[in-house]
Amino acid sequence: MRYVDEFRDPQAARRLLADIAAAAAEQPPRKFMEVCGGHTHAIYRHGIEALLPAGIELIHGPGCPVCVIPMGRVDDAIAVARTEGVTMCCFGDMLRVPGGESTLLEAKARGADVRIVYSPLDALALAARLPERQVVFLAVGFETTAPSTAVTLMQARERGVENFSVFCNHVTIVPPLKAILDSPGLDLDGFLGPGHVSTVIGTRPYRFVAEQYRRPLVTAGFEPVDILQAVLMLLRQLAEGRCEVENQYRRVVAGRGNDRALALLREAFVVRPHFEWRGLGFIAQSALAVAPEFAAWDAELRFEVPGVRVADPKACQCGEVLKGALRPWECKVFGTACTPETPIGTCMVSSEGACAAYYNYGRYSSRSRIPVHAT
Amino acid sequence: MAAEDDFEARAAVLARVESWRRRAPKLADETITMAHGAGGRAGQSLIEAVIRPAFSNPVLDALDDGAVLDIGDGRPMAVTTDAFVVTPRRFNGGSIGDLAVNGTINDLAAMGAEPAALTVSLVLEEGLAVDELRAIVGDLARAASAAGVPVVTGDTKVVERGAADGCYITTAGLGLVAPGAQLDAAAVRPSDAVVLSGTIGDHGVAVMVARGDLALAADVASDTAPLHELVAALLEAVPDTRWLRDPTRGGVASICNELAAASGLGVELDESALPVRGAVAGACELLGLDPLYIANEGKMLAVVPAEDASAAVAAMRSCEAGADACVVGAITDEHPGLVLVRTGFGGTRIVDMLVGDPLPRIC
Repeated sequence: MRYVDEFRDPQAARRLLADIAAAAAEQPPRKFMEVCGGHTHAIYRHGIEALLPAGIELIHGPGCPVCVIPMGRVDDAIAVARTEGVTMCCFGDMLRVPGGESTLLEAKARGADVRIVYSPLDALALAARLPERQVVFLAVGFETTAPSTAVTLMQARERGVENFSVFCNHVTIVPPLKAILDSPGLDLDGFLGPGHVSTVIGTRPYRFVAEQYRRPLVTAGFEPVDILQAVLMLLRQLAEGRCEVENQYRRVVAGRGNDRALALLREAFVVRPHFEWRGLGFIAQSALAVAPEFAAWDAELRFEVPGVRVADPKACQCGEVLKGALRPWECKVFGTACTPETPIGTCMVSSEGACAAYYNYGRYSSRSRIPVHAT
Repeated sequence: MAAEDDFEARAAVLARVESWRRRAPKLADETITMAHGAGGRAGQSLIEAVIRPAFSNPVLDALDDGAVLDIGDGRPMAVTTDAFVVTPRRFNGGSIGDLAVNGTINDLAAMGAEPAALTVSLVLEEGLAVDELRAIVGDLARAASAAGVPVVTGDTKVVERGAADGCYITTAGLGLVAPGAQLDAAAVRPSDAVVLSGTIGDHGVAVMVARGDLALAADVASDTAPLHELVAALLEAVPDTRWLRDPTRGGVASICNELAAASGLGVELDESALPVRGAVAGACELLGLDPLYIANEGKMLAVVPAEDASAAVAAMRSCEAGADACVVGAITDEHPGLVLVRTGFGGTRIVDMLVGDPLPRIC
């Protein structure tokens, strides 16, 4: 596959690993946070963690859209899905996210019409096919997926599809990043910036990370070679005493972002004054709501939404994991009470969640197998 | 990588996790969800909690895809049964009729049996077009005759509109186990080779594309095919074949986990050796699916002694259904009970049982 295979090239990866080992040998141990769940998934899927030298630790950040949805919002989605005449459409991962009492999967088994879609436009097409149903799209995700929800809202308005609405849970990446940088006892030397979010917002919004918080950030793609190259770029910045925002993912990301996508977001959404993040609490101006111009397609206005805040289960330490303060396996319930089959926390649900990625892919590690040495 | 002093703490956690995983699966759900039908852990826990205890006996308790019985004076007899609920009923490369025949033949083949006869039960929904039923039955008949296995008895029931989705088919198969075939997970040894008869994920992706709700066009045909001749060729060339299984629901990943659990050994797959068609790899990449978990309907996975690996590959390749056969991994005693994939550049990742269901009603 073009644009994939060359970034999974074992030889290129081996060269980069040797360079990383050489650079790491001349520095104190480093902790880098990969902000994006896509990176977390790729790191485990390709077994990258075990290939890095011992002095480099990758800390998993808050950038998994499913992981940051608070339980109260899941309950709200279930309440909408149970409303007479409603067909709820969502991405597959959302089905198993635990709310206060149950999941969308259980609601489906008990009679709610819940369907998996791969794009909000599929939900809109379903609304056109099912004129007697109220079709609701459960929107989650960062700036990566928000533009496609925006396009869907616009098409719904253009075509006058009245039986369609969006239950909006879109969030933005910069406020939680700032919350993590502000948290006491911050122990991070740099960041792998989210690649796909950056295709929309560009790299400029991250400048504060380097300028105010003095941490380097490298926006990275999602293939093994991308991630290794970004790690090397971070190490080189630190070795040279630089602290900059760099862009490894140039084949996709432009520094200024995508003007058209940003214009779509401005038209279809407004920033919420505050929004609750799973484990991180309320963060100001960190999420998007459907704009007043699209109020007719806003599920929160169309349906009765309980809007009750549900406290996370006591045993759940997702918040600490999302902030990078706790490694997945350090959580008290990791792999015992909390597993992908019976998740307590959201981090164990999505394959981009740090706990699920670690549980599914990374549970076994044998250090004697590390085949790469700096020469 | 975690610092050195973390290593022991992490190892302790992982040991605790593994011991939890070995506990009998518990059914916490109060209602059946689609996850119980996905060929993953939820289905296992349902079987362990509700189904197996009701019937428990030494043959059933092996939880194979079929049973081998010593009920006559001659060769042991193999029997298996399977229900087919695929939607849509017709897809590129086949239909529910082809699956109903080939799926049952392959379960017999995986027990080393030569299929002798099939039974067919139809559950039809009021409103189904007779022309469609005629086409489905035609597919059943053609598939049975192509495989040389007669349909010898059956049953037909009709339920009210809404009580079923068009047409469900249940088939059962009978066969005699090939002389000398000793297929048993307990016979699997470290360093044995894992051989796969061809490309993975074709059936699942073909059905997904046929559903048409994915704005996805990919030229992928289902691999549905009977594999009893391929197995016969394999058993003739490699009489010491240890274990066979056809990787349907849950894909190669799930049956390798079954193998690891049943043999008490580890399975190590080589990612770069796994045969995946470009269109299947592309569709999976786009949808975030792993071809290892996607259903196949015409593939056999065999464990053979390492020295017989090339003979096994050659035997499979001598059959049309095994043209792309190759060695995809090996058995190891290094990580008992675990399935690992070695990634392209030497990293490893765990391949666990499927959780949740990316593609319901695939067969």
